Amino acid sequence: MALSFMEGNEALARGAMAAGCNFFAGYPITPATTIFSNMLKMLPPTGGICIQGEDEIASMGYCIGAAMAGKKVLTATSGPGISLYSEQVSFAIGSEIPLVIADVQRLGPSTGSATRGADSDIQFLRWGATAGVPVIVLAPKDALDCYILTIHAFNYAEQFRCPVFIASNKEIGMTKESFDLNSVTLPSLVERTPYKGDNYIPFKADPDKAPPFLPIGGKTLVRQTSSTHGPDGYITIDPEIIAANQQRLRTKLHAARQQLSLYEKNLIPETDTLIISYGITSRAVEDAAKILAQKGQPISTLSLKTLWPVPEQVILKTAANFKRVVVIEMNLGQYINEIRRILGGKKIDFYGQMNGVMITPGKIMEVIENE
Amino acid sequence: MNSFLNTDRPQVFCPGCTHERITRGLDNTLVNLNLDADKTVIVTDIGCSGLFDTFFNVHALHGVHGRALTYAAGLKLADPTLNVIVTMGDGGLGIGGAHVLAACRKNLDLTLIILNNFNFGMTGGQYSSTTPSDAVVGSEFLNQAEIPIDICKIAKSAGATYVSKCAGHDPALADELAKAITHKGFAVVETLGMCTGRYTKHNKLTPKVIDQMIVDQPIEGGVVKENQRPEYGKLYRELAKEKTQFPQTLTIEKSFNLTTPQRQEIVILGSAGMRIVTAGDIVCHAGMSAGMNVSIKNDYNITVLRGQSVSEILLSPEKIGYTGIESPTLVMALSLEGVQRREKIFKNLKPSTFVLKEKSVAIPETRARVFEIDFKKFKIRKQDWALASLGVLAKEKVLFSKEILSFALKTRFNEKVYTLAMETIEKIY
Ligand code: SF4
Repeated sequence: MALSFMEGNEALARGAMAAGCNFFAGYPITPATTIFSNMLKMLPPTGGICIQGEDEIASMGYCIGAAMAGKKVLTATSGPGISLYSEQVSFAIGSEIPLVIADVQRLGPSTGSATRGADSDIQFLRWGATAGVPVIVLAPKDALDCYILTIHAFNYAEQFRCPVFIASNKEIGMTKESFDLNSVTLPSLVERTPYKGDNYIPFKADPDKAPPFLPIGGKTLVRQTSSTHGPDGYITIDPEIIAANQQRLRTKLHAARQQLSLYEKNLIPETDTLIISYGITSRAVEDAAKILAQKGQPISTLSLKTLWPVPEQVILKTAANFKRVVVIEMNLGQYINEIRRILGGKKIDFYGQMNGVMITPGKIMEVIENE
Repeated sequence: MNSFLNTDRPQVFCPGCTHERITRGLDNTLVNLNLDADKTVIVTDIGCSGLFDTFFNVHALHGVHGRALTYAAGLKLADPTLNVIVTMGDGGLGIGGAHVLAACRKNLDLTLIILNNFNFGMTGGQYSSTTPSDAVVGSEFLNQAEIPIDICKIAKSAGATYVSKCAGHDPALADELAKAITHKGFAVVETLGMCTGRYTKHNKLTPKVIDQMIVDQPIEGGVVKENQRPEYGKLYRELAKEKTQFPQTLTIEKSFNLTTPQRQEIVILGSAGMRIVTAGDIVCHAGMSAGMNVSIKNDYNITVLRGQSVSEILLSPEKIGYTGIESPTLVMALSLEGVQRREKIFKNLKPSTFVLKEKSVAIPETRARVFEIDFKKFKIRKQDWALASLGVLAKEKVLFSKEILSFALKTRFNEKVYTLAMETIEKIY
């Protein structure tokens, strides 16, 4: 058995390559920089393009242009960069431009700490664009997840023609670890649906789907616009057309909630406590669960890999038979309200920590034991 | 084709707006150049100039304010066969200034047409980056406190390979645009025009005045000799082509069986320049060669040549969950800076913990088993202390055998460095 050895950022970059990524533009920022430097080593030998933008806004613009020319694009940044990406993310969401955005989160707000981890941006990624259109956010817990979830991210971006975020964390991105890539089956690749026909209307789509794609530069003329548009890609003020499009942008993701719900769970029979967590924190939760089981106080765990759209059915069904649900987050409570919303009257406890260091298994045990 | 104008989308500019003349001028250019519609894209941003993409039967991308050049660059890099034409007002020029400078420096084969009409037409005639200080605009007195920029001068000094300026009403406009579009590199054409809806209501700006402005601020239009150099895309592709080596994933085969593989939590405390991170990597390689799961985190200063360098390593026969160090089994104290960085850990070390300490490094009081070594006595240089420590551990049978260590070094280094590393280790044997 041979183990691979790399940091989460390299795994993310390699996952992108495995997904057929052929364009990267980004701007250096700790702790995401090594995604860029890995892509810069891997894209040129495979004929891909890797560019440093003059800033984050430009990097996203390069990605948007390249995606519209048919490329499979990746960019990577951290919280301060996501702030700058925002206007372009809104464009990509509203105008259905497929791209993958890695956010290797660091401790915020603002400049915060470049080399301290935190799940700072969980709500920001969901709501950091205008109009509140749903987005897809995937959260890896380790390097292997970085690899696999990036492939999923590209597949989703292609299928749903939207930006897909990977909410990594400094503690994953810059931690090197061993993993066995052969122990998993990788998702098979999905490519955007090309339009076949002879009357291309760029945003014409089924009410729950993304429109088929044709690239700018191909035989058929393509229109792309950041303005409110009808199916033809021209500005519209027709309330019916606007409403239908706004609805479709929501429905195309919400109708696919089940397909988009990625998670891991470890349900132990006859336990009455379920811990829900995501990202790096899930690993401390698993450790805590192991120790508690050894102590004769087993608990069950649910680790979410998809954060947005919220895997509502998964949460609802998994938590149904538990007396107590505990949510642990590496922030002061960003996802907890989603859980509270879904689980209604259930007893839900929360522990959050935002001090630049990971939550320890010991702390989690304390939370569980001190009911 | 005798016109690229989209008959379904007539122009909607105010009567007398120079944008209308420029639209027709650009159409003539496209016709004269006989460009392929499907190999041409017009990229626009916000404002009245941002309507341009709707008037032409070519590919179109209309994006957010000031960012047109960024989309244009992405398109051109992805598809070098495209003719990419960007229109931008003086609004886009101001807000997207960084992108204009970057485009000048890069020299990607794009054409930027700046439609300078000295104010923000669409939002009510506010002042822009090109509004004269004495103009009367919709910003009360604010423009009086600033000066306008001359984008042609800026573009030249930023490295644009083609720069020209002309009146939007100039009959030679179509030819001017044609020269810019056929130029292989980044071309900037600044057109001066009238915003009849806003600006000329309060300012005496006529075609004649504009003609005089061009006479008063002459620029040597056309190819900028001193800036000539290869086009960015071409140069990029040439440079990238030389990079043929795809970096393969590092994998380590399990090659040894440990009799009792045990979880290890290792902390290496050192300073920049002591190759602490490399030593940490070697420990990981050794661990994997013995079938262990490993993780490593490094902590060093942003100024990488100074200060502490600390590695935290986990080795475990089981899958690693939490990657922090809670209870070190092994601490290597190799510099004072490193020790100070993790001072707190010493108090709680278990008696079973092995602390390897260099003679010159003071450590806080601890219950752990402390083993001192004087590397100076062995004539080992400071930058080799971390490496040599691994040899000490092998000799003291603390972590890995010499055989495993030697294997790990082989996987980490080339033959030459491996030999040197082994020589260092032999010194303490
Ligand atoms: S507001 Fe000014 S720039 Fe806009 S269409 Fe009217 S005249 Fe032209």
